[in-house]
Amino acid sequence: MNPILRLLVQRIALGLILLLAASVLIFVGTEILPGDVAQSILGQSATPVSLANLREELGLNEPATTRYFSWLWDALHGDLGTALTNGRDISTSMGQRLGNTLFLAFWAAIIAVPVAILLGLIAVRYLGRWPDKLISGATLASVSVPEFLLGYIVMYLLAVQFRVFPTVSMIHDGMSLGEKLSAIALPVIVLVLVVLGHMMRMTRAAILNVMQSAYIETAELKGLRPFLVIARHAFPNAIAPVINVVMLNLAYLVVGVVVVEVVFVYPGMGQYLVDHVSKRDVPVVQACGLVFAAVYIGLNMLADIISILANPRLRHPK
Amino acid sequence: MNDELKYLANRAARGKHSRRAFLGRAGALGLTAGMANTLLATAVHAAGPVKGGTLIMGLGGGESTNSLDPAVAASQVPFHLTRTLGETLVDVTADGGLDMRIAESIESTPDAKTWMFKIRKDVEFHNGKTLTADDVIATLQRHSDEDSQSGALGIMQGIEEIKKDGDYVAVTLATANADLPYLMADYHLQIQPDGGRENPADGIGAGAYKIIVNEPGVRHTFEKHANYWDDSRGHYDNVEFLVINDSTARMAAVQSGQVHIANRVEPKVARLLSRSAGLEVKNVSGRGHYVFIMHCDTEPFANNDLRLALKYAIDREDMVEKILQGFGSVGNDIPINAAYPLFDDSLEQRTYDPEKAAEHYAKSGHDGSPIILRVADGAFPGAVDAAALFQQSAAAAGIPLEIKREPNDGYWSEVWNVQPFCASYWGGRPVQDQMYSTAYLSSADWNDTRFFDDNFDSLLLSARAELDQTKRKGIYSEMGTIVHNEGGLICPMFNDFVEAVSDDVQGWEADGIQEVMNGLAPHKTWMA
Repeated sequence: MNPILRLLVQRIALGLILLLAASVLIFVGTEILPGDVAQSILGQSATPVSLANLREELGLNEPATTRYFSWLWDALHGDLGTALTNGRDISTSMGQRLGNTLFLAFWAAIIAVPVAILLGLIAVRYLGRWPDKLISGATLASVSVPEFLLGYIVMYLLAVQFRVFPTVSMIHDGMSLGEKLSAIALPVIVLVLVVLGHMMRMTRAAILNVMQSAYIETAELKGLRPFLVIARHAFPNAIAPVINVVMLNLAYLVVGVVVVEVVFVYPGMGQYLVDHVSKRDVPVVQACGLVFAAVYIGLNMLADIISILANPRLRHPK
Repeated sequence: MNDELKYLANRAARGKHSRRAFLGRAGALGLTAGMANTLLATAVHAAGPVKGGTLIMGLGGGESTNSLDPAVAASQVPFHLTRTLGETLVDVTADGGLDMRIAESIESTPDAKTWMFKIRKDVEFHNGKTLTADDVIATLQRHSDEDSQSGALGIMQGIEEIKKDGDYVAVTLATANADLPYLMADYHLQIQPDGGRENPADGIGAGAYKIIVNEPGVRHTFEKHANYWDDSRGHYDNVEFLVINDSTARMAAVQSGQVHIANRVEPKVARLLSRSAGLEVKNVSGRGHYVFIMHCDTEPFANNDLRLALKYAIDREDMVEKILQGFGSVGNDIPINAAYPLFDDSLEQRTYDPEKAAEHYAKSGHDGSPIILRVADGAFPGAVDAAALFQQSAAAAGIPLEIKREPNDGYWSEVWNVQPFCASYWGGRPVQDQMYSTAYLSSADWNDTRFFDDNFDSLLLSARAELDQTKRKGIYSEMGTIVHNEGGLICPMFNDFVEAVSDDVQGWEADGIQEVMNGLAPHKTWMA
C-alpha cells in the first residue's frame, strides 16, 4: 500500500476510536454530576410526586449502560433523539446552533488566519526592530486579557459610547447577510484578538527556526528581497507547525467560545450545551459532546494530513 | 426634542425632579420658561395608551431547555412566556384585590367549599376556537392529575371535583378554602384549548399575544392576537423577548437602546445605571425573601433557645444595606410582609441584639462547637457575602458559625431541604395561606424548616374556612407570632424587584407580585 495512504487510513481509524472513547467519557461525566435530571428540570418548586412521575417518563430508572448503548445505536443511525427537557428534536435544534457557531467561526477565521500569518512574516522581516516589538507586544496583550473583559471593553466603546454595532449579536434566518455581519461584528473582533497572538507567535517562531538554515543564506546571497526570502523559502518549510496551531485555534473557535457567546448573547453551540448540562439533559449533552469531539479530532486530523502532505520526506520515502 | 430634555421632562412629570429644578435645567439648555412649561405639560398629559409599536424585553433567566408548556414553567423567561401568551381565570392586582379575566364573576357557597366561576363568553384562542367551560375544566384537570408534573399540582390537590354547570365551572374542595380564587391566579393555570392535553407546548393560549418565533434560550417573538377580548390591554403590535442571561450584557443592551425593558438589575449596579439618559431604574418591593433556614427537628437547632440566639445574632438592616444596596426591606422571621393582604403590622420587629443572642445561646447549653451554615451563590444573589456578615455579627455575640460553601450545581437537590442549616430563597405567593401551606404546614412537601406545630396547623386550616376577613387577619397574626418566636426561619430581608425601563415605555405600574409588573408589562404598557 502507498505509505501516505496507509498513514491516512491509520489517522482516520485512530480518530474514530478516539471519538468513541470521548463519547464514553462524556456519558460517565454526566452520570457523576451531583443532583438528578428530574430535580434539575423541575427546580426548587418540584414536589416528590411530580419528581417520581417525571423520572418514570424519562426512563431514568433503567441502568446507565442500557441507556448508553441504546443511544449509541440510534446515533449511528443518525437519530440523536429528543431533548428530555423541552421535547424538541435534537438534530434540528442543534443543527441551527451549529450553523450559527460555524458562521461566527468562519468569519473570525477568515480574518484572523491571514492577518496572523502576515503579521508573523512582518515580525520576522523586522526582527528585533520596532514593528516586531509592536506586533509581539500588542498581540501578547490581547491574548492575556480575559475574553469576557475584551468583550465588555469593545461593547462599551463600540456599542454603548458610539453605537456603531449592536451589543446583542442575535442572528436569525430573517436577516440579510449584511445585517448578520453587522450583528456579529463585536464577537468577531473579540475572537480575532483572542486567537491572533497565538497563531502569529507560532508563525514567527517557526520561521525563525528555519531562518538559520544554509539555504536561506544562499537565497539572501542571491540578492532576493528579505520579505521574498521569508515568504518563498522559509515559510513553506515552516508550514507544518503553523498549520497545527491554526487548526487548534480553529477548533477553539468552534468549541471554546461559550464565554463570548454568553457576553454577546450569540445563539451558538456553547450556550446550548451549557444550558443542557445544568439541566442534566443527557441526550443533548452527549450529542453536543460528540459534535465537539468530532470537530476537534477532525481538525487535528486535517492538520496531521496537511503536515504529512507538506513534508517531502514523507511524500517520497526512500 | 433632544434626549436630555425629554428625559428631564419625564422625570419631572413623574415627580422625580421638582418642577423648579426642571425649569432651571431647561433654561440652561436654552428654552424659554413658556416653552419649558408647555413641554412639561405635554409630558404629564401624554397619558392614555397608544396602540402599535414593538416592545423588546431583554430577560435573564431563560435556557435553551425552556418549553412553552405552562405546567413546567419555573424560571423567569417561561414565566413571562405563559403570562404573555395565556390568560388565567383571575389575576391578583398589586393591592391584593382580584382582577376578573377568563372568569367573569365568582360565587361561593357559605361554607367556602364550592366555588362557581362564570366563564366569559367572547374569548377566542389563538387558533380561532372559542374558549368554553370545557376548556377550563380540562385545564384544571390536567394540572390536578395525580401524574401531573405541573408546578401548580400542590395547590390543586385539595380539589375534589370540577364540573360544568351551564356557563359556570363549579370547583368543589375537600376542605374549605376562602382563598381559592387567589390560587386560580397561579401563572401555571393559563387556560389552553382542551386543557392542552394534546400538545401542551404548542403555545396556543387566550392571551393578548400569540407566539410567532420560539427559539428557547435565544428569543421569542409575539404578534398581537387580533381577536383579543379586552381592548384595555395589549397595546403593542409585536412583542419580542431576547434571552440575555449575562447581567452586564443585559445592562449594556438596555443602555444602548437595543431593548426597552431589562429584568433583574443587580442592586450593586442599579444606582450607576440610573444615571444613564433615556432609561429609568424601577424598583418595587416584592414578596420574595432571602432566608437562612434551620431544621427544627435536628440538633442543635431542635433547641428553641439556640434558634432564638441565631435570630437575634443577625443584623438585618446591615444586610439590606450591604447585600441589597437598599433595594429591599428588612424581614421579621416570618415569610409574610406588608405586600400580602391581611398582613398584621403590629408584630414587633426583631433587631440585632448581641446581648440577647448571647443570653439565649448560654441558655441553650450548646457545647460551643462551630455551627455549620451551608451556602452557595445560587441560593440567592449575594448569599455567600450575607453568610459572612452573619458570621461576623454572630461572632460578636459569641456564637461560632462556620460557613461551608457548596456548589451551585445540585444545591436545590443536595443541600436545600436536606441539610439542617442553609441559605435559601423563597418567591412570593399570592396569599398568606398559600405561603404557609407550602412551607410551614407539618405535612407540606417543602417544610424546609421541619416545623411541626399542631396548634399552627389547626389555625391554618381554620383560617381557610373563615370568610370573615377581620377574624382571618387575627388568625394569621397569631400564626405569624408562632413562626416568629418558634419557627426555624431566619428571614433577614425581602428583596425588591429592580428593573431598567426605557423612557419610551409608558404606563408602567408598580406591581411586586412577580417581576416586571407581574409579567404584565407587554399587556399594560405602551410605546410613547
